Amino acid sequence: MAKRITPATERAARIAAKERSTSPVSPAKAAWRRLRRNKAAMAAGVVIVILLICAVFPAQLAPYGFDEQNYAVAFTAPYKEYPLGTDNLGRDILSRIIWGSRMSLIIGIVSVVVGLLLGGILGAVAAFYGGRVDDVIMRVMDVFLAIPNMLLALGIAASLGTGLWNLLLAIAISNVPRFARIVRSSVMTNKSMEFVEAATAIGASNGRLIFKHLLPNSLAPIIVQGTIGIASGILCACGLSFLGLGIQPPTAEWGMMLSSARQYIRSNWWMVTFPGITIMLAIGCFNLLGDGLRDALDPRMKG
Amino acid sequence: MSKYILKRLLQLIPVLIGVITIVFILNQLMPGDPARMLAGEGATEEAVERVRVEMGLDKPVIVQYINYLAGIVTRGDLGTSYKTGVPVLTEVLERLPTTMILAGISTLISVGIGVPLGIAAATWQNTLVDYAASGLSFIGVSMPNFWQGLMNILVFSVYLNWLPSSGFYGPRYWILPALTVGTSCMATITRTTRSSMLEVIRQDYIRTARAKGQTEYQTIVRHALGNALIPIVTIVGLEFGSLLGGAVLTESVFAIPGIGKYMVDAITNRNYPVIMGGVAILAFIFSICNLVIDVLYAYIDPRMKSQYSTKKRKAEVTE
Repeated sequence: MAKRITPATERAARIAAKERSTSPVSPAKAAWRRLRRNKAAMAAGVVIVILLICAVFPAQLAPYGFDEQNYAVAFTAPYKEYPLGTDNLGRDILSRIIWGSRMSLIIGIVSVVVGLLLGGILGAVAAFYGGRVDDVIMRVMDVFLAIPNMLLALGIAASLGTGLWNLLLAIAISNVPRFARIVRSSVMTNKSMEFVEAATAIGASNGRLIFKHLLPNSLAPIIVQGTIGIASGILCACGLSFLGLGIQPPTAEWGMMLSSARQYIRSNWWMVTFPGITIMLAIGCFNLLGDGLRDALDPRMKG
Repeated sequence: MSKYILKRLLQLIPVLIGVITIVFILNQLMPGDPARMLAGEGATEEAVERVRVEMGLDKPVIVQYINYLAGIVTRGDLGTSYKTGVPVLTEVLERLPTTMILAGISTLISVGIGVPLGIAAATWQNTLVDYAASGLSFIGVSMPNFWQGLMNILVFSVYLNWLPSSGFYGPRYWILPALTVGTSCMATITRTTRSSMLEVIRQDYIRTARAKGQTEYQTIVRHALGNALIPIVTIVGLEFGSLLGGAVLTESVFAIPGIGKYMVDAITNRNYPVIMGGVAILAFIFSICNLVIDVLYAYIDPRMKSQYSTKKRKAEVTE
């Protein structure tokens, strides 16, 4: 008996075929799909992209230069030509915020990358070799963790001196212990998995085991913590610049803009308000994206 | 129990030595010649050399390190302020109460608001209360506290003229800075309390409590909160570190004469021993606070208490 083809079965077959063609999605694709459904994280992602564009093309986007002074318009409240007002030297605050995004994002991202490289290697080595090696590395990390993050960065920045690269290094180093811990615990869980055993059985070297098998499979928590780390890096950089330990004038940097605006707080609210809102926005968005990534990368962890 | 406390105390020693080592290394990396800075501006070469020998700065680094360590252990010697010539420890101890008052009130504010808010958010999950708490804690986490301090001054001192914007002379002066320092901790505590409570509320024994007709208040406070406390206590301990870091920035915003402002002034004057001494002292305080938290665990968590008492019982049996 010939099989009757009805519109309904045809539709079902079409759906099944479509599912077959899309069902074996890679974990990354599946995570991206879950992330896309998270509206808050997506909105945060859009803001971050805008900030990145500002950081790459400040000269094209900012209406004025970061150090373009015009004493005639000093202390102008926000209006048409200066949408966020001007500062004590008549510099456009909006332009300085746009230029400042470059500093904050460089510091946030690079300090996380450097911290992750150092911390990741230390953590992976500690977890992989275990025993004495693990003990030594993790005890040293514990000592660093005994100093509150901000204070450690402050101490390092004070002894290295001011400037972008020293500030970067200070924040990166203060990030190392945290990342070492995360990578360690993540590698520890994967170490006993069968694929590691299989790789060992076919004679993979230790380096290959760590970098080709263990680390790539431990990526999810690293990506999440890295994203949140960018937020805390930006916060720390702005704080140190606020104290005069980071970026120096005339470069535009959000924390430094706040610190130089402090003395005019009584008469010029816009000078202290807008750079702060920008910092808050940047930090908040990286945190939201990090939360979203956690939910997307590891659905089991969703609370 | 006392054995556990002793064990934790002993574990503290290597950590503190490690902290001192880091501070020593940072001291070594500092720009400028400490002997010249201590001798003062315009000092003759002989005077500088004399200070160098007096301070032992002419000796090899390893000897200097041992001397430094010994100095801290025996005399609490963290170095001498370049500016005043007074030992850093003396100056820090003078300012310690101020910073501790600030940190204490901030902790009270953050726990006092954060925990109830977190409980409320978990109890009424996915309602307006929950969204409001989540929104508040999101803003609190994202707001840099030095900026929040400036905004608090702008709103409450400049425009509303309710509270003073600088100084630390009495409770009226404490409110704004403590609020500033406490907000981000409060936000973290709210989040942790919420997720910890949500986890506990789903457990079977909560269902049992409800089934046997406990009032909702009793269920939440007696049965759920006690079991949800451990992560909350952990986060309070961890947040105390960021609170101390935040206090440094906040003191400078509100011109509060504590350790933080002392350190920040030292940054402007390039008074390095003061910066490093401040870092060391605050790290000490943080470590001790973590120790207290660890001991608290043992009191809160009956599993841990029993772990230690059963060991003791076993030991008695074998004896």
